[in-house]
Amino acid sequence: MYIVVVGGGKVGYFLSKELLEAGHELVILEKNAARARQIADELGSIVLNRDGCEGKHLAEAGANRAAIVAAVTGDDEDNLVVCQMAKHHFDVPRTIARVNNPKNETLFRHLGVDEIISPTRMALASIEQDIPVHELLHLADLKGGELQLLEAQIAEDSPAIGRRASDIPLPDGCSLFVLLRGNGVQAIKSETVFEVGDKVLAISRAECEMLLRRELIGDGEQVRAAAAR
Amino acid sequence: MRVVIVGCGRVGAGVAERMARGGHEVTVVDISSDAFGKLEPDFPGQAVRADGTEEDVLRRLGTEGADIFFALTEGDNRNILAAQLAAETFRVGQVVAKINDPVRAEAYTMLGISTICRTRLLVDALAQYAGLEADPGASGVRPAKRHHDHDEKTPTEPQTVER
Repeated sequence: MYIVVVGGGKVGYFLSKELLEAGHELVILEKNAARARQIADELGSIVLNRDGCEGKHLAEAGANRAAIVAAVTGDDEDNLVVCQMAKHHFDVPRTIARVNNPKNETLFRHLGVDEIISPTRMALASIEQDIPVHELLHLADLKGGELQLLEAQIAEDSPAIGRRASDIPLPDGCSLFVLLRGNGVQAIKSETVFEVGDKVLAISRAECEMLLRRELIGDGEQVRAAAAR
Repeated sequence: MRVVIVGCGRVGAGVAERMARGGHEVTVVDISSDAFGKLEPDFPGQAVRADGTEEDVLRRLGTEGADIFFALTEGDNRNILAAQLAAETFRVGQVVAKINDPVRAEAYTMLGISTICRTRLLVDALAQYAGLEADPGASGVRPAKRHHDHDEKTPTEPQTVER
């Protein structure tokens, strides 16, 4: 597969390295001359010292025959422009943008970027996972953010304690599927009864998250009280 | 009319000043408060220090409900991002982005954003001064050609600006 990578920072460099090792053909566009030389020294002559935001440089990089254009610079606006130029000017079938400001994710998708990589959101999510709060944790986005993989910790004040899974009213877009209890992992069946300390993995439509929170974590006051203790 | 201007450089400050004195309600935003030194001390509009390419900032400035949005920073791509936020997220009817790279300006005109390209304006003015024929596509704001493919509403021609 032929891939054009725009931006030779850390993300661009390691991405390119992995893609090369996987046997793909690629070119990196990096506008900083010193950085471009540095990558060329390490990865070989696959670097063009050009600004990938300019149409003629994308053309020079062979964007018109690329299967993927990945824009991974540190500037959201540059990544957006690269993807839009690739998509609309060169008919690239798949565009990937790094988004640094999580607020831009929706806009970028709306404007036709196919895939979003959000290092900020990933960092936030992994920090969240390390902080023990009685909240729903976002583990991953599925289907472009339509669905979410969530983890709920069953605390002392959870309304789910002592109830069977089948007795917990959840809407259609919501499914509880795995229970982490002690060191064990088990599938959640309708007769599973929740206990304090359980971790519940759920898949939920984004709009059902509040309901899921209410059933597994409790209402806002309980959550706040728990956080204050 | 309510006007939001992102970027208070020479062009941004000039337009802000002129439209505010023309009786319009103008908000100009720039990432550096030094930029507001270009405005007259009695500038009759609002000057806000913030990043005009951020959705939250634009929302706070009341971009939703603005009649005109000008993206006039010195970065082409920042203008493109701000302009698309204004047009797509906040549904501002008249949006113009300053894009100095002629190729990019042309591409975004095709993508549904009205653009103004300093490079092309200057080249054409100088060429005409030297006796060459005018480039019909170079002057003024180039109206958007069409909206995005995913957007099914019919293309809107920009209306004339009421004074």
